[in-house]
Amino acid sequence: MTQIAMKDTAVLGTFAVHGRRQRLQDQLFRAATLFFALLVLALLGGVILALIVGAWPALGTFGFGFLYTQVWNPVTEKFGGLAPIYGTIVTSALAMLFGVPVSFGIAMFITELCPPWLKRPLGIAIELLAGIPSIIYGIWGLFVLAPFLQRTVQPFLIGTLGKLPLLGKLFAGPPYGIGVFTAAIILGIMVLPFITSITRDVFETVPPMLKESAYGLGATTWEVVWKVVLPYARVGVIGGVMLGLGRALGETMAVTFVIGNAYRITSSILAPGTTISAAIANEFTEAVGDLYTSSLIALGLVLFVITFIILALAKLMLMRMQRQAGR
Amino acid sequence: MDLYRRRRATNYAALTIAMAATAFGLFWLVEILWTLLHNGIGAINLALFTEMTPPPGSAGGLLNAIFGSLVLTIGGTLIGTPIGMMAGTYLAEYGKNNGLAQTVRFINDILLSAPSIVIGLFVYIIVVAQMGHFSAWAGVIALAIIGLPVVVRTTEDMLNLVPNGLREAAAALGAPMWKVITLIAYRAARSGILTGILLAVARMSGETAPLLFTALNNQFWSVNMNAPMASLPATIYQFALSPYEDWQRLAWGGALLITVTILMLNIVARALATIGSAKR
Repeated sequence: MTQIAMKDTAVLGTFAVHGRRQRLQDQLFRAATLFFALLVLALLGGVILALIVGAWPALGTFGFGFLYTQVWNPVTEKFGGLAPIYGTIVTSALAMLFGVPVSFGIAMFITELCPPWLKRPLGIAIELLAGIPSIIYGIWGLFVLAPFLQRTVQPFLIGTLGKLPLLGKLFAGPPYGIGVFTAAIILGIMVLPFITSITRDVFETVPPMLKESAYGLGATTWEVVWKVVLPYARVGVIGGVMLGLGRALGETMAVTFVIGNAYRITSSILAPGTTISAAIANEFTEAVGDLYTSSLIALGLVLFVITFIILALAKLMLMRMQRQAGR
Repeated sequence: MDLYRRRRATNYAALTIAMAATAFGLFWLVEILWTLLHNGIGAINLALFTEMTPPPGSAGGLLNAIFGSLVLTIGGTLIGTPIGMMAGTYLAEYGKNNGLAQTVRFINDILLSAPSIVIGLFVYIIVVAQMGHFSAWAGVIALAIIGLPVVVRTTEDMLNLVPNGLREAAAALGAPMWKVITLIAYRAARSGILTGILLAVARMSGETAPLLFTALNNQFWSVNMNAPMASLPATIYQFALSPYEDWQRLAWGGALLITVTILMLNIVARALATIGSAKR
């Protein structure tokens, strides 16, 4: 009797040991996953911190003037980031002007017009466009698009719009081929898939009931899209556009190939310019002197802050859209 | 009647424009792929895979660049994948909707779209500047950071698709949570997680900007991880912008090679995802 009882406690004891080990392993595993999740946060903090430390010499020397002075002179070590900051904003804004309506059209086609069998292949094609690495867009832009624009579109723009009184300033000068305009076109093509796929996704969250009610009242397809789908999906569409904008602002290689790398601000969008990312890509490895390197890092910091704000806003809008769809 | 006709005309115009926009979008895809094929196919030969990058004016291939790209991408995957999977596991299995998980998710999505050149700057500051020289290790770290958010995101999404019944069944048999996750949930989400890893690999293998001032570039064969290493994108960048015609031809060959690789990875990843979801 006592023997049996002793055996029982022994068995229970091994269970207890086993259970303790399991619990320990469980806690270890949980702690490990938590650690790596925190690492993602630390990564972002690290990026911001490292950029601030790296940019400190330049920011300390030039202060806030760095953001609005245009001089960029490695010889006299005077640096101001206005030209690349301006270039970044102008190329991205133009890219949006060109990319957003096209993406909107494609999304409308996919959700409202496209026969069902074509939906999947079209979706895949759009995603393949997103998969092409940016350096390919760059080399294609340099060897194909830029010469093409130089021969056809740019002379046409200069000949027609360039002659107008005020607007003409935007299209003045010779057709260089490379420059702000070409960079904007390439960026526009590159953001197409991002904006399109998000716009399509939010369009598809619109309850069929809403659309069918409108159709039932006799609305045309266009009226349904413009007056029912778009107002419903507005927040999501804006989120998608801002996500595309975030991508365009930070895009490096495609722009570096075709922007022309000129530190100047001209009124003509056909002239060469530069962007933050192109300036860093071009000059960083050749930058001599701490102040030069630090100024380029400061540009990187500016870029990161701008894209962070844009992307965070985009994300918040898309989250709001998701909540709305979940309701 | 007039109103009716005007509405119909507007509708037709809008639909035509939508169709034109779609054709326009597809046109660029076809045009870019066609240009790549047209210019790159002539450069694809045995020498491309067996010879080193040449000095201008002589024949050669891209062997060291291809090798470098493989090493950097595999290294980045080996570092980025486990970290990403663990973080994704926390989000899906432990954190769920608590504040920390939501913050990590938010930050991860921002890292997913953050400018890759800034990641390059970051790695330059914390690795290259500290070591005092460019190195393949720095390139590997930069690529790992590029691939990481993709893996976090897909791991979480895929684990969320695993039915809770499976987890409950395992837990009812007495399996502790870490066994439920590693033996049950991972296995059920396997093809989805693999899709995420392949997409991360595709993304890493095409990145140029973060390599420019981490792994730099190398004209010669090098297996030293502490020295600069060549990579396909960096070589394409250098060769395409050069005035030498034979270098430009090699750049097109490399561009075709890398695009085909990435598109294949994308297609395989998508096929895997489809098979995975069909099984369920």
